[in-house]
Amino acid sequence: MSKSVIEMPPKGGFSFDLCKRNEMLAKKGVSPPSFRKTGTTIVGLIFQDGVILGADTRATEGPIVCDKNCEKIHYMAPNIYCCGAGTAADTEAVTDMVSSQLQLHRYHTGRESRVVTALTLLKRHLFNYQGYVSAALVLGGVDVTGPHLHTIYPHGSTDTLPFATMGSGSLAAMAVFESKYKEGLTRDEGIKLVTEAICSGIFNDLGSGSNVDICVITKGAKEYLRNHLQPNPRTYTSSKGYSFPKKTEVLLTKITPLKEKVEIIEGGDAMEE
Amino acid sequence: MSIFEYNGSALVAMVGKNCFAIASDRRLGVQLQTIATDFQRISKIHDRLFLGLSGLATDAQTLYQRLVFRHKLYQLREERDMKPETFANLVSAILYEKRFGPYFCQPVIAGLGDEDKPFICTMDSIGAKELAKDFVVAGTASESLYGACESMFKDDMEPEELFETVSQALLSSVDRDCLSGWGGHVYVVTPTEVKERILKGRMD
Repeated sequence: MSKSVIEMPPKGGFSFDLCKRNEMLAKKGVSPPSFRKTGTTIVGLIFQDGVILGADTRATEGPIVCDKNCEKIHYMAPNIYCCGAGTAADTEAVTDMVSSQLQLHRYHTGRESRVVTALTLLKRHLFNYQGYVSAALVLGGVDVTGPHLHTIYPHGSTDTLPFATMGSGSLAAMAVFESKYKEGLTRDEGIKLVTEAICSGIFNDLGSGSNVDICVITKGAKEYLRNHLQPNPRTYTSSKGYSFPKKTEVLLTKITPLKEKVEIIEGGDAMEE
Repeated sequence: MSIFEYNGSALVAMVGKNCFAIASDRRLGVQLQTIATDFQRISKIHDRLFLGLSGLATDAQTLYQRLVFRHKLYQLREERDMKPETFANLVSAILYEKRFGPYFCQPVIAGLGDEDKPFICTMDSIGAKELAKDFVVAGTASESLYGACESMFKDDMEPEELFETVSQALLSSVDRDCLSGWGGHVYVVTPTEVKERILKGRMD
């Protein structure tokens, strides 16, 4: 009875309207759906001039690969990027939300965003939902205080590290980092090491695959190398492709021509009084 | 039994040269009983934007009504149609709002954007967008559809060839799925016209 007749656009945040119905369905033996996860290998490391973030590009829905080339390195601020692992909708929503909050904060203060600001906004949100918002993030950026790299777990705990890995392929990637990382890496050495770590995840972890995305952030500049390495090209396509000589049987065809878009040119005759 | 298998569905959208195709099966069932063989899963939002909803039919209808409402409000405020990318963001936000008690639907959005560039997108039931440049699939027959589309898809197909490819992929996939089928419904949209065709398939 408290609901008004007109459905106004909601004020924001989660809506729990359908929870009771979904619980009733679950009791009747209907299992809830599986959500799209980003199996993933995500890594970050600090090199002499800044931070390098890396990620694979596979998105899975159970055992099926639903996206062979998705983007897991999300924009937070011009000087801050965040890689996300876990439930895809959660990582996208939480990074988008914090990115907007950082933009508002920049307008408010007139200063470049700091990495710890993004860190605090993210961890407060995730802790608030007690781990139900399943997003595991690697946050990296360069601000006035220098380069920073942090990991954020779904329950809201954070770590500050010189090199970090998250996701199902994190063990494979961490093995590469632990043996080859050293302080004061140059840009090329850093990119090479990050690529090696992601490749280790791609080839050894089933939840990660396809290509390597890299993002290099330095003071005042950033470079987003989308599909920096593509170690899994599709080589088996036949050049002829499929042809269907026997046409599909059609029962009914309906053609609707679309309206011609009328161009209105301003500056016609002035209206008569 | 998964909630998505209650009604059964198959949806696919494919990109061609300055055109796109979106296709669905026509069965509506209640678990293993078929109750309709002419169910419309694909709806028009505006002339150049189509939405297909797979999954639980009741949630699909409710979600469709909410989205049409929001689009009409947008049209009144902005005095123009919504771009496909914007619409995809709207659907994603509406689904994520119900993150902890979701709609049991997987939408497939297909439209012609600026400069008649085709746009296709699918999401899981909580709004995780997947923007693909070639094809997207949804529904109980999705695993077969992935395989069929992956092998049959070619870049830059003309509308007639695109129609053949989409129809063959859809019919071959639903033939391997008990819960979807009973014909097909294909929309091929180019900048000048919308061709809607009903396919003859196996009725089992």
